[in-house]
Amino acid sequence: MASYTLRVRRFEPNSGEGPYWQQFPVELDPHRSVLEAILAVKDEVDGSLAIRCSCRAAICGSCGIRVNDRPALACNTHLRDAVGFGAHPDGETVVVEPMGNMPVVKDLVVDMDAVHWKKIHRVTPWLLNRRPVPEREYVVEHERMVDVTQTMACIQCGVCVSDCLSLEADPGFIGPAAAAKAYRFVGDPRDAEQHERLADLAEDEHGIYDCTHCFTCVDVCPKGVAPMDQIMRLRRLAGPEHRIVDRNNGERHEEAFATLVRDHGLLHEAELLPRSYGGNSPLGKLHPAAARELVSSLPAISKAVLRRKVSVRQALIGHRLAKPDLHAVQTIYDVVEHRDRRTELNLYVSGSEREEAAR
Amino acid sequence: MPAHDVLIIGAGLAGQRAALAAAQAGASVAILSKVHPVRSHSVAAAGGINAALSEGDSWESHAFDTVKGSDYLGDQDAIEIMCRAAPDEVLWLEHAGVTFHRDSSGHLGTRAFGGASLARTYYVADITGQAILHVLYEQLMRHHESIERYEEWFTTTLVQDDDGRCVGAIAREIRSGRLEPFSARSVIVASGGAGQVFQPTTNALICTGDGIAQAYRVGAPLMDMEMIQYHPTTLAENGFLITEGARGEGAQLFNAQGERFMERYAPSKMELASRDVVSRAEQTEIDEGRGFPDGTIALDITKVPRKRTLEALREIVNIGRDFAGVDITREPIHVKPGMHYIMGGVKADVDGRTAVPGLYAAGEAACVSVHGGNRLGANSLLDTLIFGRRAGEDAARAAVGHGAARIAPAQLDDARAQLDAIVGRTAAPGARRLSSLKRELGETMNRYVAVYRDAAGLATALEVVRRLKHEAPRAAIDDKGAIFNQDVLAALELDAMLDVAEAVVVAAQERRESRGAQFRTDFPRRDDASWLHHITVSRNGAEVPSTGRAPVAITRWEPQERTY
Repeated sequence: MASYTLRVRRFEPNSGEGPYWQQFPVELDPHRSVLEAILAVKDEVDGSLAIRCSCRAAICGSCGIRVNDRPALACNTHLRDAVGFGAHPDGETVVVEPMGNMPVVKDLVVDMDAVHWKKIHRVTPWLLNRRPVPEREYVVEHERMVDVTQTMACIQCGVCVSDCLSLEADPGFIGPAAAAKAYRFVGDPRDAEQHERLADLAEDEHGIYDCTHCFTCVDVCPKGVAPMDQIMRLRRLAGPEHRIVDRNNGERHEEAFATLVRDHGLLHEAELLPRSYGGNSPLGKLHPAAARELVSSLPAISKAVLRRKVSVRQALIGHRLAKPDLHAVQTIYDVVEHRDRRTELNLYVSGSEREEAAR
Repeated sequence: MPAHDVLIIGAGLAGQRAALAAAQAGASVAILSKVHPVRSHSVAAAGGINAALSEGDSWESHAFDTVKGSDYLGDQDAIEIMCRAAPDEVLWLEHAGVTFHRDSSGHLGTRAFGGASLARTYYVADITGQAILHVLYEQLMRHHESIERYEEWFTTTLVQDDDGRCVGAIAREIRSGRLEPFSARSVIVASGGAGQVFQPTTNALICTGDGIAQAYRVGAPLMDMEMIQYHPTTLAENGFLITEGARGEGAQLFNAQGERFMERYAPSKMELASRDVVSRAEQTEIDEGRGFPDGTIALDITKVPRKRTLEALREIVNIGRDFAGVDITREPIHVKPGMHYIMGGVKADVDGRTAVPGLYAAGEAACVSVHGGNRLGANSLLDTLIFGRRAGEDAARAAVGHGAARIAPAQLDDARAQLDAIVGRTAAPGARRLSSLKRELGETMNRYVAVYRDAAGLATALEVVRRLKHEAPRAAIDDKGAIFNQDVLAALELDAMLDVAEAVVVAAQERRESRGAQFRTDFPRRDDASWLHHITVSRNGAEVPSTGRAPVAITRWEPQERTY
């Protein structure tokens, strides 16, 4: 047994009071879960403490909360791990609060309908069958089914939604969970409208190009769904494969980004914006669209200069990399671009034959 | 007052399938659940769903395995219906979007499961229930115009008219505390099992038998309640499930002396005998001192190639790692039999109709009885879908002939008064907490109404259950609020669990033989001459339940000795 302090953010909307903190001492073995600690308080001390929970085994997705500043399922977060999270871990205090980016209903219960499920609805979350529907099953490659099974593994717990930075900046963002759900259909060979789905997600200004690659959702997902990876796959399908040139300039921006890194070894920031708008070549900045965008971005650019994020010299010539380093970067491009087939990482296809043979 | 043709209580697989079928048949449908539908316990079904769909398989073979698995207590007419319909149901799911495992030719692939004469279990890794539940929910979202969803509504009462017909329900919106009457021409109870009556259990915290108890209280008899399935592979500490899919993929069981003991109990099927057989074998090993000191035996999944485990048994890799600290791809994991499923439930015919007019039951809440004394693995998903669909279709058909039902204001007032009384309870001196009553109930049932039972133990269990029934109305309620008051719901759930527990114990006392999951050490033989019939439990308006009998339907398979 070990002693913990459970510090809970409480909120009862009918009380007329704002949220407040309450502390409870808990005695439990360190391998027990945060959910067990919360239920111990509920059972023995205060039955009014509200939390959704059901399966206790990270399958039903009910108990998403924030534990020491990190979104997680309460049931599969061990107390001994929880006390090590956060800015000031003291090995004893477990701070629990409701998930972020969603309105709080009471205590640890948030309104998932208002955010999470609304976004799921947004992506036409059902199969639009390829016709004709076969008499028996659709014949589909084994690998393709395993591939979409990774997103089927999503339990809709909302943990990724809770701490999504893009969603915090733009509440309209489709968000990691709904984007992963979208991939479940785009990646499904039985779906008839993959192109339409991709165009829809690319053209939406709150769509797939709104993600800023912060990796938070990959990091916190309790089921290994890796929502950001699914967003990147949607982008690769929308841009390089389906040639969807979206009005958000997402596809052009990505292409310019990749070209600049290949040519310079590092990102040439000053070239990125004109090329994203004016065309992916040094002449891009001469295009009227690029000029317009440059002018409208002047306040941001001047701020960047004032804060010394960029200098005039850098803007003109970009970064300089030693020849061997530049060559090494370009070798990566050569290797990746010459592959016959893209290797996608997948939850269900981990480990390797070599590892198996070594046993 | 919301009014619908068909009201469905519970939104797991049975409820959602019923809703889709009833809507398809043209009915206006409401589906109401105390949790968001994707949180329903169907989500935890791991291994797969049985269907005789491959070449060389037949529905007759599937049906015979099911009959034998049931220890001849299953109703063969219902089993025939289920097994004949299984292939089309699996294809329906495939077309709706379930990402079933494919073999190397791109066709549906199978895995082996317990009690089956060949591999006929279709699956999605070890998240089959989750995949199907989520795909059905996709369909509910798609058909949102004909199916109204009431998510996080707790049904407090089933409502009958003066003729005894079920005409709706009264439910509390958990988020606001608002009480609302729902009138309907047909009502389907699909609210799942009652695993929480036992501690530990593989079942989720929500499995409290609410629907079973509510149907029982309005006069629907329960059936096969003594048949409680103990799953052979559950974690000792918390009761979590390790899927039978593990043994289907080749995992083996060993006692502490390193013996593959199933050789002595089921020489031909070994680890893939019926669950009751494997659980009894394990319990015998443990009771006779050949288990590990923590009262377990070992499940060795390292027999399965690691790559295959990572692809097909992903979930139990996680469970082993997160909840037992074991890498199941490298070392054996300790397991023991644990309460998993309740074969019994509200007695229903093959169209889900109960003895109460207008009231249907489907899924684990119902007893059709296709599982009889013991359910085969991967037959429960099938049961929920086939009989959920049939109940939905029949409920929609029946709705046409009936005028709009009305719920009298007095009935709403009664329900409100009942809830107010619970919320108004103050802690009497010496009164116990709800959690303490629930724990005593669970531990008592797990001790006396488990794999092995006898008259003395069952009598003790009944005594405890009746005492707890007396104590429950005095347990204090901390939460006096309206919004998300889980305390008041816990009180209602405990009442349901106590009613279910009483029915289980009474039925187990009544059956003085050993069959399927019921093994009486004082009556260790199966006795077809005296006991080849179902036991029903009814309340008939009285406080104390009474038992009755119902015949077993035997169409083509005469009872034989059962060996694996």
